[in-house]
Amino acid sequence: MRAPRQAVEIVFDHATKRYPGRTVPAVDDLSLTIAPGEVCCLVGPSGGGKTTAMKLVNRLVELTSGDVRVDGRSVRSLDQTELRRGIGYVIQQVGLFPHMTVAENVATVPKLLGWSRAAIGERVDELLDLVDLPARDYRSRYASQLSGGERQRVGLARALAADPPVMLMDEPFGALDPITRARLQRELLRIQGELRKTIIFVTHDIDEAILVGDRIAILREGGVLVQYDAPDALLARPADEFVARFVGADRGLKRLSLVCLADVPLDPPNGAVTPVAPDGTTLRDALSLMLSEGSQQLLVVDADGRPQGVLTLERLTELLG
Amino acid sequence: MSNEPVIPEFGEASGCVAENRFFCTDWVRDNWADVLQPALVEHVKLTAIAVAVGFAIAFVAALVAHRFRLVEGPFAAFSAIVYTIPSIALFQLLVPVTGLSVLTVEIALVGYTLLILFRNVLEGLRSTPPEVLEAARGMGYTRRQTLWRVELPLALPAIVAGLRVATVSTIALATIAAFVIPEGLGRPIFVALRDYFKTEIVAAGLLAIALALVADALLVLAQRALTPWAHARRTV
Repeated sequence: MRAPRQAVEIVFDHATKRYPGRTVPAVDDLSLTIAPGEVCCLVGPSGGGKTTAMKLVNRLVELTSGDVRVDGRSVRSLDQTELRRGIGYVIQQVGLFPHMTVAENVATVPKLLGWSRAAIGERVDELLDLVDLPARDYRSRYASQLSGGERQRVGLARALAADPPVMLMDEPFGALDPITRARLQRELLRIQGELRKTIIFVTHDIDEAILVGDRIAILREGGVLVQYDAPDALLARPADEFVARFVGADRGLKRLSLVCLADVPLDPPNGAVTPVAPDGTTLRDALSLMLSEGSQQLLVVDADGRPQGVLTLERLTELLG
Repeated sequence: MSNEPVIPEFGEASGCVAENRFFCTDWVRDNWADVLQPALVEHVKLTAIAVAVGFAIAFVAALVAHRFRLVEGPFAAFSAIVYTIPSIALFQLLVPVTGLSVLTVEIALVGYTLLILFRNVLEGLRSTPPEVLEAARGMGYTRRQTLWRVELPLALPAIVAGLRVATVSTIALATIAAFVIPEGLGRPIFVALRDYFKTEIVAAGLLAIALALVADALLVLAQRALTPWAHARRTV
């Protein structure tokens, strides 16, 4: 087995993309740094250049000016195909090769890199395991024999196959039904917890960005970066009216959904309090519970039902401040 | 012996042959080795060469047209024009140049395969879904690797479909080769047409039909073997 690779940093340095014959640039003087092992969500309306910006990294789109550096090296200085083989790539429509089995699809990049058959076989099984598709059942299936969710799992396994330090994901869950999407979002977070890749994740769904992103970059029409912040900061202090509108009028509630009861200071238990909520509940759900029960407070219990403390509405409001 | 009139001996001519009935099995049996089988073998050769050469030309032309769109129009127009020339007329045009030769026949037969083969190979190459191409590019396939490992395998069903049509129509067309050279299943038919000997015409015709059916079936089997993904059961 190969040792997991060290995560790397991605830097956009005044990166600009102009298409000939268009007055407005697709990506305009974009500068941002993605720390090693972080998920950066590129969010914005269509025409915001988020996919274009992402493709500058693996040179599916070539820079007009400025630079993009991966692990300190300019992508311009690297051979295009070598660069791409070192970057995982996941797209919304998955793009599995219909004439290859699941195993052959996953083996694509290792094969290009000339791994031995044995190493490839072992790696394929390991990856199918990682994305929760039992290798024995799935190895020799074709894409036409998979559900949408299973296809994207294979897409993810294929992108991870050669253990690239960087992953580019272009609305990977955009075509899935809400339940499958939520499940895959959780799986991605679990896998990212293990692997710590540097990920650029493009989405137009701010809720998805808040869920999976360590940092969120909001791009406006014309490829202008408006704000680049952690989800909580973005929701608490939107840089301008555009961001405020984009994150939504319910941004207070969204902030509450980022935190669960176990993470906040509680007041000591003061006798019998209802309703009761386990400490894994998000503050958003806790608030909802208080409102629906007509209560100003609730009792927080741990997994074994032992009281941990009391959360009051007043305290909740303070936390948002 | 006596003064009976001398009837010429046609081998062991039966009453069936003498009466020129529609189909006489004993004639077929007696003439299989000397007439029908050699004609069949020649027919297979004529067809195989024509389809193989036609495919080679059309394949290369389609690869070029896939890469450079500009090539498509001229080659498609050329092969369409060739296709519309009546075969007898094409032989007339070729004989002064290439003589009464196999070459004349093959040029004509090859010419007729080009249109269908070129179009099917090109359509097949273009049928790769865009997201599949994007994934291939994004993972670092070179252009050539994309062609050989993705686009061509995915074009196989269309290519084989083209080969089936080209093969069957060449088998039918190759009977006309007998205008130029005494080869193929057309030869017994031409010979029999002189005195309208029905059995020989029918036998040669049936052989051509059977050959077409067998060739088509073999191509279908080849496609099934080559494209297992296209027949994979959808539900598991």
